[in-house]
Amino acid sequence: MAAGCGLAALCLLSAGATAQQIVRQSALQPASTQAQSIELLWWIMLWAGVAIFLAVMALLAWGLWRGQQHEAPLGLTASKKFVLLAGVAIPSVVLVILVGGSLFLGRSIASAPPPDALQVRVTGWMWWWQIEYLDSAGNVTATTANEMHVPVERPVAVELVSGDVIHSFWVPQLQGKTDMVPGKTNHSWFVATEAGEYRGQCAEFCGLQHALMAFVVVAQPEAEFNAWLDHQAEPAPTPTTDAAQAGLAVFEQSCGQCHRVQGTRAVGVLGPDLTHLASRRTLAAATLVNNPGHLAGWIGDPQRVKPGNKMPRTPLSPQDMNNLLTYLGTLE
Amino acid sequence: MTRQITYDQTPEATELLSRTWQSPPGFVSWFTHVNQRQIGYRFVVTSLIFFALAGTLALIMRLQLIAPENTLLGADFYNQLFTMHGTTMMFFFAVPAMEGLGIYLVPLMIGTRDMSFPRLNAFGYYVYLIAGISLFVALFLGMAPAAGWFSYVPLANIAFSPGKGMDFWTSMITFIEISALAAAVELIVTILKQRAPGMTLNRMPLFVWSILVMSFMILFAMPTVMAGSVLLALDRAFDMQFFVASGGGDPLLWQHLFWFFGHPEVYIIMVPALGIISTVIATFTRKPVFGYTALVLALVATGFVSFGLWVHHMFTTGLPHLGLSFFTAAGAMIAIPSGVQIFCWIASLWGDRIRYATPMLFVLGFFAIFVIGGLTGVMVASIPFDTQVHDSYFVVAHLHYVLIGGAVFPFFAGLYYWYPKMTGRLMSERLGKWSFALIFIGTNLTFFPMHQLGLQGMPRRIYTYLEGMGWGDLNFAITLAAFVLATGFLLTLINAIVSRTRGAEAGDNPWQAETLEWAATSPPQNYNFRHLPVVHSRNPLWDQPDLARRQYVKGLRADRRELLVTTLLEAQPQSVLIMPGPSIWPFLLALVVGFGFLGFMFQPLLFVVGFALSFFAIAGWLWPRKPWLSTQEN
Repeated sequence: MAAGCGLAALCLLSAGATAQQIVRQSALQPASTQAQSIELLWWIMLWAGVAIFLAVMALLAWGLWRGQQHEAPLGLTASKKFVLLAGVAIPSVVLVILVGGSLFLGRSIASAPPPDALQVRVTGWMWWWQIEYLDSAGNVTATTANEMHVPVERPVAVELVSGDVIHSFWVPQLQGKTDMVPGKTNHSWFVATEAGEYRGQCAEFCGLQHALMAFVVVAQPEAEFNAWLDHQAEPAPTPTTDAAQAGLAVFEQSCGQCHRVQGTRAVGVLGPDLTHLASRRTLAAATLVNNPGHLAGWIGDPQRVKPGNKMPRTPLSPQDMNNLLTYLGTLE
Repeated sequence: MTRQITYDQTPEATELLSRTWQSPPGFVSWFTHVNQRQIGYRFVVTSLIFFALAGTLALIMRLQLIAPENTLLGADFYNQLFTMHGTTMMFFFAVPAMEGLGIYLVPLMIGTRDMSFPRLNAFGYYVYLIAGISLFVALFLGMAPAAGWFSYVPLANIAFSPGKGMDFWTSMITFIEISALAAAVELIVTILKQRAPGMTLNRMPLFVWSILVMSFMILFAMPTVMAGSVLLALDRAFDMQFFVASGGGDPLLWQHLFWFFGHPEVYIIMVPALGIISTVIATFTRKPVFGYTALVLALVATGFVSFGLWVHHMFTTGLPHLGLSFFTAAGAMIAIPSGVQIFCWIASLWGDRIRYATPMLFVLGFFAIFVIGGLTGVMVASIPFDTQVHDSYFVVAHLHYVLIGGAVFPFFAGLYYWYPKMTGRLMSERLGKWSFALIFIGTNLTFFPMHQLGLQGMPRRIYTYLEGMGWGDLNFAITLAAFVLATGFLLTLINAIVSRTRGAEAGDNPWQAETLEWAATSPPQNYNFRHLPVVHSRNPLWDQPDLARRQYVKGLRADRRELLVTTLLEAQPQSVLIMPGPSIWPFLLALVVGFGFLGFMFQPLLFVVGFALSFFAIAGWLWPRKPWLSTQEN
């Protein structure tokens, strides 16, 4: 034990400390119709479970206590009745109710989304999320990464696909998880009832950095959302200052093979689309808060923050780095 | 050449019988042993070593998770650790431990002298040993598999797991299931054909029933995981595309194959554990357990229904809701046989003066922990709820409650209960009770908070988590609790080692139990029973106090290994079976087959070489014996 505590203290000291602001990821703080009904199911099952557990333990304890009091063991007929009642009849009734209720709820959650739902396609990649907004014809209107905005009080239909291995799309406050399976298109939908920021995280083990594959969902009033979407659909603004122009040149040369910024010559598709990077709350799939310090650290050595990810170290002169950061800062 | 037939009662005949059934001493001879008690004992001890190793891996993982953004372990090493923890606990601890108990105890409980296929038995053990050692060697070389114990494709396929780790996994999983199948086949035959005269099927001890059900389940479950891992090996080695979506394969096929094995697997582990519970309760209440027929039917029902549950692990894969609903119903249905068993046991305990010895304490601990695991099991059978907690720490909590409650507690009850039979000495009650208390408290403190973490959104299999998530405090407490739990297990380990030499002498029947194994000496003689008993009752030692004196089987020779074969239902004597003695061939066969499987990882042609070599070993194994000779001459 003492050794255990000592080791534990040692590990605490070795733990780093990176700020992270978005903390809500709890199925018990639902913010959508779907998550709310699942939460209700949980509380019903929990209290039923607690009651059953206490009843079984009480029966056991009572039986043992009677033994200590030298009372007679249960007779054959009494035992039979007891097992039939407690072991067969009562559980059957409880289970039928539970299965019925859960299937009823499951059907409504698994049903097709209403036709007026906002269409979003989310693609899982090792280890980040590509988010594309689709119009009614199925064309992509805007592309972003690791941050999904949705309107409140309007159904959002999410089309889930994978680019490599199996991932799972899970925003506990909005909806239960649905896997993203290569070769298959899955669907999920929800209606956010409360404006706010919700964290989602990959729930299917997907390799080395499965732990650091998260994203943010921002639910906002419809008007605000529409403004955001219109802005995301626009190409990046042309840089105006010298530093930003120099930064764009650095970007096109050093980053453009993998990343895309719409309206520039950077058209890579291996990594996240960075057209509106500066408008995002986080970096590296909701691992770091998006600020110039973290961005510089990430570009300087992505393998330190998230070992094994596809982004190589990009050696840049301090001048180039500053210009690049200035440019990226303009990608509102 | 002595052709004298010896069934008389003289001390010389007993001495001869003992020599006939002896396992030769010496290091080299160790590899020739085939007696069921040696092999069963090795299975149990080896599985406990793997239990300790896998537990240590879990402690290292807990140290990594003690604080957010901890840098004690790298992501890759952490992923190797949880893969090895799961793989070892399921394939190298739980199943072999239960098989080991079965192999050791079944022949004693049904009153015979060995298993039906002693050399197959030995072969199965070496296969198990080689597979386990290989995987841990891979871990120490830093090339252990890192795709989880469930090895989902495409992650486990060559494109995303290029190293040798996954090859070790596919080869060794296919390989070790040979061992499980071998054990299952011979347990079934032994149970059905070698029961003591008079031990009809409905007089068979409940533990033997549970081993029979387990063996049939192994027979139907293990081939699918073998098929799956062979297909995966072919995908990896020859680019066969069974599981590659772009090549026309299907990643979900793997999940179906894996869970068609993986769900019954849980019950393969639990069913024998339930048999242990019935046995211990009968002994410590000093009367037969209530509801023999109900308990047997519940075991059989559990075995059947468990094969209808596998999609329960695939509720989030996007399969149609209507299809999934059947599995919700099956998930709820399996709670009924569990409920029947629980209440039969409560009825048996009701109002009885119980001896609260360590095995009984583990049984009582089982009740609390297993019921919690069962209740959360019914919860995750609900599709909408499962979409929230699937692959979260809630499921980690659930599965540890089920497996520790449903398998480890009963196994430890069995360990304390049968240790005196295996070693001739009792384990210390004092240490045992301390161990029980620490394990019980440690289990709850370690795993109960994980329910909360899962509901708070903590996914499984993450090597770290960010500070802002608010999971740090609970994880800190869990890591400390894990050390309490480990201390509890350590005390039993110490107890088992110390009691081996210093424990109180047990005598033949220290618990005054009713089943036949307690009629043998502790530890049993080479021949198990001097005379094979004749049984008239479900509780022979209680109802037939003159068991050893009045009626027994006559006519088995002492100078060669002979067994009595009886009929399947009524256990009427049918014939005499002449058994093989010690042999090195099972070990050699395991070596060459292991060579084939290990070689396949480096050069597929070596598999063919191993295959060819195994013919020589099989030829040696099957070389005609002369059944008319005594065992010494043969």
